[in-house]
Parts: sequence; C-alpha cells; structure tokens
Amino acid sequence: MSADALATTGSHPDAAGHFGRLGGRFVPEALVAALDELTEAHRTAMADESFRAEFAALLRDYAGTPSLLYPAERLSAKLGARVLLKREDLNHTGAHKVRNVLGQALLTRRMGKTRVIAETGAGQHGVATATAAALFDLECVVYMGEVDTERQALNVARMRMLGATVVPVTTGSRTLKDAMNEAMRDWVANVDGTHYLIGTAAGPHPFPSLVRDFVRGIGDEARQQCLDQTGALPDAVAACVGGGSNALGIFHAFVGDPDVRLYGFEAGGDGLATGRHAASITGGSLGVLHGARTYVLQDADGQTVESHSISAGLDYPGVGPEHAWLHDTGRASYLPVTDDEAMAAFELLCRTEGIIPAIESSHALAGAAAIAPKLAAELGREPTILVNLSGRGDKDVHTAGEYFGILGKEQ
Amino acid sequence: MSRIGIAFEKARAEGRALLVGCMPAGFPTVEGSIAAMTAMVEAGVDVIEVEIPYSDPVMDGPVIQKASDIALAGGVRTADTLRIIEAVAATGAPVVTMTYWNPIERYGVDAFARDLDAAGGTGLITPDLIPEEADEWLAASDAYGLDRTFLVAPSSTDARLAMTVEHCRGFVYATAIMGVTGARAQTSDAAPVLVSRVREVTEIPVGVGLGVGTGAQAGTVGGYADGVIVGSALIRCLLDTPDLDAGLAALRTLSAELAEGVRNPVR
Repeated sequence: MSADALATTGSHPDAAGHFGRLGGRFVPEALVAALDELTEAHRTAMADESFRAEFAALLRDYAGTPSLLYPAERLSAKLGARVLLKREDLNHTGAHKVRNVLGQALLTRRMGKTRVIAETGAGQHGVATATAAALFDLECVVYMGEVDTERQALNVARMRMLGATVVPVTTGSRTLKDAMNEAMRDWVANVDGTHYLIGTAAGPHPFPSLVRDFVRGIGDEARQQCLDQTGALPDAVAACVGGGSNALGIFHAFVGDPDVRLYGFEAGGDGLATGRHAASITGGSLGVLHGARTYVLQDADGQTVESHSISAGLDYPGVGPEHAWLHDTGRASYLPVTDDEAMAAFELLCRTEGIIPAIESSHALAGAAAIAPKLAAELGREPTILVNLSGRGDKDVHTAGEYFGILGKEQ
Repeated sequence: MSRIGIAFEKARAEGRALLVGCMPAGFPTVEGSIAAMTAMVEAGVDVIEVEIPYSDPVMDGPVIQKASDIALAGGVRTADTLRIIEAVAATGAPVVTMTYWNPIERYGVDAFARDLDAAGGTGLITPDLIPEEADEWLAASDAYGLDRTFLVAPSSTDARLAMTVEHCRGFVYATAIMGVTGARAQTSDAAPVLVSRVREVTEIPVGVGLGVGTGAQAGTVGGYADGVIVGSALIRCLLDTPDLDAGLAALRTLSAELAEGVRNPVR
C-alpha cells in the first residue's frame, strides 16, 4: 500500500463524527476527553509520513500484506461469475483484523499509553489484540462473555499464551455486547493510561473512521490488483457485515466508482422472519448502541435484543454507523444470508478451491452466489465479483464439523 | 424556574445538601419499586432518582446492573416507569429520572417529555447523552419545562465543563471518580476539586454521585456539594435481603443514616 493511500478521504463524517444522522458520540462525559485525544492522535498520525511508513512496513513485513487476489476459477464456473477472492485469510493471525490492531497499537504507543483493553466475541479480535500487544510490549486485558470463553476455549488459551489477561464477563447475556459494555467500564475507570482497542468500525467517534482508515488497505490493494489482473474494475464487491470492518475496508476504495456495486451481507441466522438473526440493517431499526446512532436489534422499548448467528464474528446486535449511512444513501446494498446458505457456500469453497473459509466470510461467498445470476442478467454478460475472504476457517472447524455431522470416528 | 430548584433552595436554607436516592424502576418488581421509593422518602430521602432499566448500562457498576437485569427480566416497560414516577411523585418528593438514551429515542423524545411532564417528573439525568448530541432533548425539555442534568467528570476540560453546565437546568451531576457507579470505601479526592471548578462558572446546584454509601460519606460530600446522590448502597439493601419486607427495613435504616449524614456536613 502506498503511504498516501492511508490519508482520510471524503467529507464524511463531519468533525463530530456524524455520517448524516448516524454515528456521533453517545458516551459518558468521562470518556469525551479521551475520545478527543484519540481523534487528535489519529489526525496527526495520518498526516505524519513516518507513522504511515511504519504502519506500511509492519503490514508488509509482519502481517504479510498485500494479501493475494486470487481468481477462483472452479468456484467461478459453479457460480456463473468471475470470482476474485481477496485473500485476507492468509494474513498473520488469519484475518483482516491484524491491520486494525497493528494500526491501533502504533497509535497507542504514539499517545504514550501502556495498556490496551479489547472486547472479543469468538476470540479473533482478542487474539489479534493480544498479538499486537505482545509485539508492542503493551499490557493487554481482553473482555470476553463467559458463554464465549466456554465455546472458544482454544482462543482463550491463545490469548493467554500471548501474555494477555482474559476476563470472562458474567453480566447481561454474557456475550460480545456485554464484553463491549465491560470494556467501556474499564476504559472509563482507567482512561489515562489505557487505550480501548475496539475490534470493529463501530462505537463512538473517532473509532468508526479510525478503524476504517486502518483496514482500508484491503480495498486499496484489491482495486489495483483487479485493474492489473483483469484490466477493469469489478462489477460488484461482496463482503460480510457484522460490526463491519472488513466490509468497510474493501468498500472504501470503490465508493467513488459509481459502476461498482457494493454488497454487504448480514448474518440472517435462522432467517429474518424467525427473529433469530444478527441482521441489524435489514432486520433492525435506528437506535443508539455502544456510543453511536446506527441500526440495532432492539425491542419496542429500546432494549437491545440478543443476536443469533452460526458465525460468532457476526453475532452482534449493532453495525458500524458508516454502513448504516451507506445503506441510507443507497450507495451500498445490504442483504441477509442465513446460516444454512452460508454453510453451503463454506462447503462449496472447501470442495472447489481447497480453501476453508471463516464462516463470517462464507456469508460473503453465499451472497455472491445469490447476486451472480441477477448481475449476469442485468449486464448481459458474466459479471466479475470481488469477494472479501476476510478470514480463514481454522477457528470454525469444530462448529462446521458439528454442522455437517462429520465429527467422530465414522462419517 | 427549575422544578427541582425549589428543593435545592430549601435545603440550602437549612444549611445542608439535598439527599438524592436512586432506584431502578421495576426492581425488584413494579409494585416493589414503588414501595421501596416511598420508604426512602418516608425515611428522609429528599429526591428520588428513578433509573429506567437498560440492557446495556455502561456507566453502571455490578449492583445497578444486577438490579436492572432483574427489573428487565420481570418485564418492566418504559410505560411502567412512567407509572412508577407518577406514584412516587404523589408522595410530594421531587422525582428525577435517570436514563440511557436509547429507550428515550425509541419512545420518542418529545412524547417522552410530554408523558414525563404529565406523570409529575422533574426532568432527566442522561449519563450517555452529551449536550452536542442533545438537540431534540433540549427542544423537548424547553417545551415541557423539564430539567436537564448532564454529567461533568474530572476529565472534562474547562471549556467542556462550561459548555455542559450552560445546558443544564435544575442541577449538574458531578461524577466523583473516573469510573462506574458503586459504593466505595473512600470518597473521592477529585470530587471537591470538580465541584469547585463547576462553581467557578455557574450558580446551578451541583450533585455529586458515584461511590457514596454511608452516613459519614454523605456528610463529607454534603460538606462541599449541593446534592449527595446515592444509588448502589441503597439498592444493595434489597439485593442482600431474603424478602421485600426485610429489604424495605434495611432501606429505611440506611436512608435515615444518609439523611442524618447530610444534616451533619463536614466542612
């Protein structure tokens, strides 16, 4: 990635972090000073050539980017579309998330802070944060819902190996949203020396923009790779959306390309009609959660409703405000993908390309499969679809094995 | 004129701080919370702060979280909260409401202000709403003459502090410590500094919350603040006892101790 490509572009959000009516800061006053400090640190860092150069070097030498753009020919033949996979699954720690944690760890050091805290659902962001904390010699505390610590014991062990303290959260529904609440509480109490290394492009300003800036390399790289390999831009870009960092990361470079359609695929769980899903945009409503105004899953009284998805990384009842804004403005389209559709795509990629994807990314693959025939009809030719393969499926082997009933001695 | 201002003036004339006692609506039940708040008033609590239970209370420590969870599990709705406010306001004590912002947005800001006014509430304490995001609430509170209590913190800059108190009506809430709600062994050193910073820019009464749980602490905080806000310690009276009657008895005892505390300010 070129250093210049890291500079923030566009007029959104405004100075107070609003994307239209979305975003902003809905936080205790005690955190405002820290958010202001972070906003300023982010602004000056992005304008600082040495910061950008150091970030670029880390991404190249440590994280292994630019990640490959792979033309998946056998999958393409099955889908009736030319599918290009952005291989973020090949990054160090196995997902796009390494970009965000390295950027924020650099920023933590720049602010003179020595401790990072993070929330994690399945443990992927926790592992990534623990990794960056080890590399930067930062104290690291990860909040994880008690339910998740039991479901994801291996990731808990990984974080501990990397030197992090894992705190099981026993309040509320004991899952990701409660881990986020607990991280916020820690931050309010320890804000002087602590940076809250948030795991997605959500939360109060400046987090959505800051995280977007650190992951936007995905799209910047893919756009150039696409031009180099095919001589044209893709017809569509597909990504899964939980909080939304991988999707924003790949969308951002294409927002100014009007002919490139942007598709975000939300976790439809058992189906929107069942109420058991994690589709905040397509199945939620406007509200305030975790510091920002955005789409959330809530009941008639504004209480957060628990989300459901086979993919732990998408199992969150909110979404980053920039996605809500891209939805409101119509620049990007958001559609739900059910657990079953995602798992069918998971299996298809395993069998056609020899790649085991994360279940999160499988939602993007399933979505691409769903839009391929419509795009072909619309364009009158085979469409080119760029899919963000945001993570690898090692962490999902147990879940997928159970889903397909292939664990144990006999098949 | 602020609705709660009269109560502050009366306490000031008596040379003491106002005692504000907080309880989540619907904890342990709707009727139980009305009984608890009524008992608090009878035992000497001047102002009742009714907290609307919320699924994601980031400013609250474990005690209020647990009480909120119990209230929500019991099925309490925003409409129940308004009914509770009306019942407690009938005791004659001012009733202020503390709420995270999403339940109010969901209800409709103007509609909530209208119904809060009708129920006899004095206004809102908004722990996750800063004045910059509060346009709708500023308009609705003006329309219905409701008080607005925003928070200031030890980390607030002078400019933010001045801007925040300018938007307050009734009283301003000074968070004594950098942290969440919950009684602590020692009251904060940062609180008196924060209160004097507020006094430099405004005459509006200052309530201090976070960490007060005993009569002695209430006396200490009452020595420099206009209002002493107590939540977790009172709520624990109901959490730690086997039944509501025992809880109400414990609540009366602690309320009386705190009321005694604010009448013996340490200056």
